[in-house]
Amino acid sequence: MSRRPVSRTMLLSLFAALITLILTGPLSGLVLNGYDFTTRFAAPLQIAAMVLILRFIAGLLPASWLAPKQKHEVEPRAPRFKTYQLVLGGLVLYLALASLVLFASKYWLAVGIMALIYVLLGLGLNVVVGFAGLLDLGFVGFYAVGAYGYALGHQYLGLGFWAAIPLAALLAGMFGMILGFPVLRMHGDYLAIVTLGFGEIIRLILNNWMAFTGGPNGVDAPAPTFFGWEFKANATQGGVPFHEVWKLEYSSGMLDAFIFLVLLSVVGLTLYAVNRLRGMPIGRAWEALREDEIACRSLGLNHVWTKLSAFAIGASIGGVAGVFFAASQGFVSPISFSFFESALVLAIVVLGGLGSVYGVILAALFLTLMPEMLREFADYRILIFGFAMVLIMIWRPRGMIQQRRPFFKRAGS
Amino acid sequence: MTSLLKLEAVSLRFGGIIALNKVSLAVAENSITAIIGPNGAGKTTLFNCITGFYRAQEGRILLQKGQKETDLVALLGGSIKFSDGLLKGLRKFIYGFFGGTHLVARSGVARTFQNIRLFAEMTVVENLLIAQHRQLNRNLLAGFLNLPGYRKSEAGALAKAYQWLDIIGLGALANSPAGALSYGNQRRLEIARAMCTNPRLICLDEPAAGLNPRETDELSVLIKRLRDEFHVTVLVIEHDMSLVMSISDHIVVLNYGEVIAKGSPKEVRADPRVLAAYLGTDEE
Repeated sequence: MSRRPVSRTMLLSLFAALITLILTGPLSGLVLNGYDFTTRFAAPLQIAAMVLILRFIAGLLPASWLAPKQKHEVEPRAPRFKTYQLVLGGLVLYLALASLVLFASKYWLAVGIMALIYVLLGLGLNVVVGFAGLLDLGFVGFYAVGAYGYALGHQYLGLGFWAAIPLAALLAGMFGMILGFPVLRMHGDYLAIVTLGFGEIIRLILNNWMAFTGGPNGVDAPAPTFFGWEFKANATQGGVPFHEVWKLEYSSGMLDAFIFLVLLSVVGLTLYAVNRLRGMPIGRAWEALREDEIACRSLGLNHVWTKLSAFAIGASIGGVAGVFFAASQGFVSPISFSFFESALVLAIVVLGGLGSVYGVILAALFLTLMPEMLREFADYRILIFGFAMVLIMIWRPRGMIQQRRPFFKRAGS
Repeated sequence: MTSLLKLEAVSLRFGGIIALNKVSLAVAENSITAIIGPNGAGKTTLFNCITGFYRAQEGRILLQKGQKETDLVALLGGSIKFSDGLLKGLRKFIYGFFGGTHLVARSGVARTFQNIRLFAEMTVVENLLIAQHRQLNRNLLAGFLNLPGYRKSEAGALAKAYQWLDIIGLGALANSPAGALSYGNQRRLEIARAMCTNPRLICLDEPAAGLNPRETDELSVLIKRLRDEFHVTVLVIEHDMSLVMSISDHIVVLNYGEVIAKGSPKEVRADPRVLAAYLGTDEE
């Protein structure tokens, strides 16, 4: 561990403080007052002093502390657990999480639902960006298709929650293919821009087609039911209230608890499916396409179909997430599907580790739960949040969890 | 001997440059045929035409399959005729627009690349499994539920992958990232990957480039094995003349996009035009 000389560190710290002063001075030092302004010297000096101290401390740390902590690739290794152990572990984890509905408050259940929705979105985008390597900035479009598919499907066709889940997956998958077709010959940055446009097109259509979607006023989405049981004080959809059937006292948290449980199961199933996909021929083909499209074609892989299937499967997972979003909010409007959502989901995938299923789950929980936990810090919430993201990317540039590649044992050994 | 591959007056122009000028040649079944020539002679362009990465503008490339002949150029799309009907027309459109290279590969032509194109971040054995994609059970439901049929197909593919790893001597490195292999191993792995597609014709683009003499010797043994043991026809571009002369049954010499000589190694070595254009004369 080599240390840099202290004098040099001091110089660099002073330099950093000076730059901070130049950058933040006009912003924090000049306060507008009508057509005039007053100067405040304390604020910029405080910020500069803070930067000076932090930079100095960072400079005294051994250089290796700030260096990335990841090797280029992790070697695959034979699985340490047997299948039944994994199944048992998954079941215990599922039951533990499911039992949260008994303890958690309505507020934390709502936060948990949003977190799980982002887990689902992350898993979906991970198929497109992480596995197939197709940079998609318009993923929120499929989320919107799912959410509006449920709300409008109920309004026009009388579709229920349970019918909406597979239909929204199908519909979003179809939209994924429609998007996939024109971008088949695009790569990298160009692909990102076109998908960005696609996400915006969907939002703008939802916003402007007043007669069909209700425009900016949004649409009501019905609360989900379970075999005719409704989780409301009074039945409104022709069913029976859940608490009357079971002779329970009504609480408004029941609906959230129900959605949480269903969502948890769906996330579990998706997780299983995505994990399987990784070791299946189609998942391998996606990853091969990411690595080298020309080599894929020389091996007889149909690159058109492979790309479209990645778009379709990723989008359909996003669509299912949309249904849960609409069901939990009870209302959808175009505002919920801005570009920021796409960026957040992409951040989840990149932060978690491209192609890493567990990393994406961790990142989704981190990015949705952390802002809630930081509410006590009020104004500095987003600042701390952003700072944490930067630090993670410095220390783990290939994502929070680098998943090992599937291990293939020689048969009979 | 019957010929597996026949090129009939294949031409390709890039703007004003004639890359291939009425190239005609035949590759005998179960033989090793080498294509040699100076840099820029059109060797790799010819390979790209045969393997479907370029579409020859004129001529036919015929692959013999039993009694049937497939025109590899026609697989890549071509003008849509009214008589094609909707389905075939649409297919022609899609492959004409997005490339139909994979159809050529499926008809039994495999290749390696001059600059190695492995799936670097995937493991060695995964590289070989992807090559067998077409032969696997790709049913999504069977895969999710791990049904017996799916398990059997995966196990078969894995056995075949390991069989090839043993042949090229990489069994111990099966689960390392392919990008971490040494250069010579990467070259051999690429050949094994091409072989896993069950080809009838394998096109090797400068397989000995960057190899040391010992690795080159191993390569010549491997290429002969491909022909004798696995009964594939080998088409190879190579600059290493001692390798070419020792393994080839037949040599085609290209210069400026034209075939200037073809024949057995002995004949080609004595051909004055080849000596002038490529091999050079001894100054003793």
